[in-house]
Amino acid sequence: MTFWKAAAVIMRKDLTVEGRSGEVLWITIPFGLIALFLIPLALPLDNPLLQRIAGPMYWVILLLFGMTIALRQSATGTTPQREALRMLGVDAAARFTGRVLATTLLSLAFALVLAPATVVLFDANLPSGWPLLIPIVMAVTLGLGIVGTVAAELTRGLRTRTALAPLLVAPLAAPLLVAAAQATESLSRGDSILLPALIIAFTVLGLAVIGVLTAGPLEETQ
Amino acid sequence: MGAGKHETYTLTVSIPLLLTLVDAGVRLGSTTVLRNLSLELAQGEVLGIEGPNGAGKSTLLRVCATLLPLDIGSGTVFDADLGSPGAQSVRPEIGLLAHQPALYDELTLRENLSFYARLLGCRQGRVDELLEGVGLSAAADRRADQTSQGMLRRVDLARLLLMEPRLLLLDEPHAGLDSAAEKLIAAVVADVIAREGAAIIVAHDTSRLADVTTRRLRLERGGLT
Repeated sequence: MTFWKAAAVIMRKDLTVEGRSGEVLWITIPFGLIALFLIPLALPLDNPLLQRIAGPMYWVILLLFGMTIALRQSATGTTPQREALRMLGVDAAARFTGRVLATTLLSLAFALVLAPATVVLFDANLPSGWPLLIPIVMAVTLGLGIVGTVAAELTRGLRTRTALAPLLVAPLAAPLLVAAAQATESLSRGDSILLPALIIAFTVLGLAVIGVLTAGPLEETQ
Repeated sequence: MGAGKHETYTLTVSIPLLLTLVDAGVRLGSTTVLRNLSLELAQGEVLGIEGPNGAGKSTLLRVCATLLPLDIGSGTVFDADLGSPGAQSVRPEIGLLAHQPALYDELTLRENLSFYARLLGCRQGRVDELLEGVGLSAAADRRADQTSQGMLRRVDLARLLLMEPRLLLLDEPHAGLDSAAEKLIAAVVADVIAREGAAIIVAHDTSRLADVTTRRLRLERGGLT
């Protein structure tokens, strides 16, 4: 079985499991929307600050809830499930990639729901070059998927997992958050987004290399 | 050869060893779980290992499956050194039935088997054959979390058959199974032996395994007695 075929099988399984458990659809997405809704409530409705913070708030909510998607219980699997996969002889990096792709697609779905909600709740004006934000959103969700999957592996089986995993994800995902917020700001000013886009691209690339290279050793560590 | 003379011929038959352990030991944290364990498993053998809870039976199986490294001593499985990372390459030859089924609650029994079949590159028709073989054709589209423990155990056995292993490691295989399903275990073991393999079955009481095993050992406090 080829690397990508194995990754596709894992991704499909993860998405089917998620589709039936509804962890992201019924828990993460509604909670993310509630969090987004609470921020404008704390400010006067006619406050111009609302429009200014719309972009950064979108990215903060995406980061925080994207982290929960990546760290969801069903993505990690039970010990017998993990051992059964190890026994099949399928490349650990392919399994890691499959999990990351599933998480990325789920985070992307969350990002798509979040975007119109942000525009409506914060009365935000879309910058003229907003389609350029689409690849940025895709890259950020991919980065979050990688960081979250690595963190889930590192904290697997630990009693402090719930607290520790977000602590690992947050600093690693910080460059993505900062660069994405900068890209949005630059677009609204009509400036180039090349620099933040490059920061995001190289961060995601670096994370992907680390993730794939450490997939095997991390899996063998009990 | 003259008439009335008898000549003696010695026929040496060498049966390959699939697994060896020499003074092997495993530590988990500060606890020594297995100690001074020496064992040989030849092709065609079905070894029963009995012992009380906490004796180290499951740990022993995980060592044999290359999932857990040896801390002390040495060993081989299919000639691969258990102490080296290269031992992982023989994993597809080993079928491990853990205490808990390796199935996904949200998937149906057929989907669970199909998932493993796809990863193994098996044809989907084999999934239906195996489901029929374990007597679960009618329940194939039932979700795993809506299925009894015994049925899940049967599907897990079918998963092992998908892999066509040559070394079968069964951890308390009779747990949750009725007497009809016990025959299934014997059939699975026979299937592996027919493919020139061997099996290790661990249980807290191997009296139920008397018909299946060719040799029995007892594991107590991490050592064979």
